[in-house]
Amino acid sequence: MTQEVPRSHLHRLLQAGEFVVTAELQTSDSADPARIAELAGTLRGKVDAVNCTDNSAAHAHIAAMAAARLLLDQGVEPVMQLVCRDRNRLALQADLLGAAALGVRNIVCMTGDDVSAGDHPETKPIYDLDSVQLIRMAKIMRDQGTYLSGRALTDAPSFLIGAVENPFAPPLEFRPMRLGTKIEAGAEFVQTQICFNLDKLRLFMARCGELGLLDHMSVLAGVFVPNSAAGARYLRDQVPGLDVPEHVIERMDSVPPEAQREEGIRLALEIVEAVRQIAGVSGIHLMTINHEEAIPRVVEGAGLLPRPRATDVAIA
Amino acid sequence: MEGTRVDRRPPETAPPAKGFRRALLLVERVTKETVWDCRMCGQCILHSTGLSCPMRCPKNLRNGPCGGTLQDGSCEVLPEMKCVWVAAWEGSRRLPLWRDHIQHVEPPVDWRLQGTSSWENLLTGRDRQVPEGWSGSARGSGS
Repeated sequence: MTQEVPRSHLHRLLQAGEFVVTAELQTSDSADPARIAELAGTLRGKVDAVNCTDNSAAHAHIAAMAAARLLLDQGVEPVMQLVCRDRNRLALQADLLGAAALGVRNIVCMTGDDVSAGDHPETKPIYDLDSVQLIRMAKIMRDQGTYLSGRALTDAPSFLIGAVENPFAPPLEFRPMRLGTKIEAGAEFVQTQICFNLDKLRLFMARCGELGLLDHMSVLAGVFVPNSAAGARYLRDQVPGLDVPEHVIERMDSVPPEAQREEGIRLALEIVEAVRQIAGVSGIHLMTINHEEAIPRVVEGAGLLPRPRATDVAIA
Repeated sequence: MEGTRVDRRPPETAPPAKGFRRALLLVERVTKETVWDCRMCGQCILHSTGLSCPMRCPKNLRNGPCGGTLQDGSCEVLPEMKCVWVAAWEGSRRLPLWRDHIQHVEPPVDWRLQGTSSWENLLTGRDRQVPEGWSGSARGSGS
């Protein structure tokens, strides 16, 4: 990363070469802000920034922008996810500007799960832009101080721009090159899809290194903490694009149900240890389903506590 | 932007192209729909995508695959179909030319061109018109 003025706490840590830890906030279906406060309490001080998902799995949930602001109120730095599925370029720009005005300094741009995966499969998908174009549009707003149309903004937003990539899905050979396209569009960090297949991640990172991408972008490896064998099966069978090897399912099955939560934490810790050994991995992005209390335990178990200046979310 | 006086009405209500333009449109439509299952976006980038039409992707992705491609290489939305970008990657490796174009940052779709002739838009340069903010960002990035 080039040494420029950090645009967020996460940016500062990446610049400093810290091994960063981000986590995904459990989605909320509550109109009561106390729900987000409660979830934030579990993660505060244990991770560097927290992703607010945008209608994840094509199910409606509380708006990512609102959750991000509620996290800021709780002293937790948010990473706002933004998907192309639900909004056209007008709405995306309005949300980028609004989020910046509310204090959001990290964004992650992605296509989004298709509506057919959600509980409103009859809805109209938008996909006006793709994720690469969304990344570029955010960069245009930030660096050129204009909308996509060229019309001037009164005050430009300041974001650390993130992307996602799935090193575990075909076409495997193309994925590193594709990450290069995202860097060219303006992405500065990437959070990967959930890693269970370490060999594929090693190959992906090696290829990214050969392409010279790692000088321009920080890679955070996605790590899932399963709460049960059923949870691991759900990922394998219900989440498109995931590679959940059979040995993972077998391992979760090998312990009695009451011990599976602990086994999930042990499994996640082993993956964290392994990805830390892969050259170019700058951090981890932790995900769970209904197992949020496991995240601080994984961070602690991996020896990644205390987090550097974890309560300091002041923006430069 | 200069020279962008394009009819904003959807193609089905716009006055039909006449004469040579109509013939061109019909030839393009029949040829490309038959050979590539073309969706007539009017801003063709088939040469950059290994001759796999990106508008066949249910998410209309023009800059590479989403993260949902199934392990066998099929589409997450239409599992009976091969992922458009798996086909694009394989196709691009077979092309003698334009192999690097698959890495280009493709600009946003101009939805006003849907149903028009990309051949005509190529000749007139209409398919290279992008929003002003985009052209400011795209210097030297192949788009």
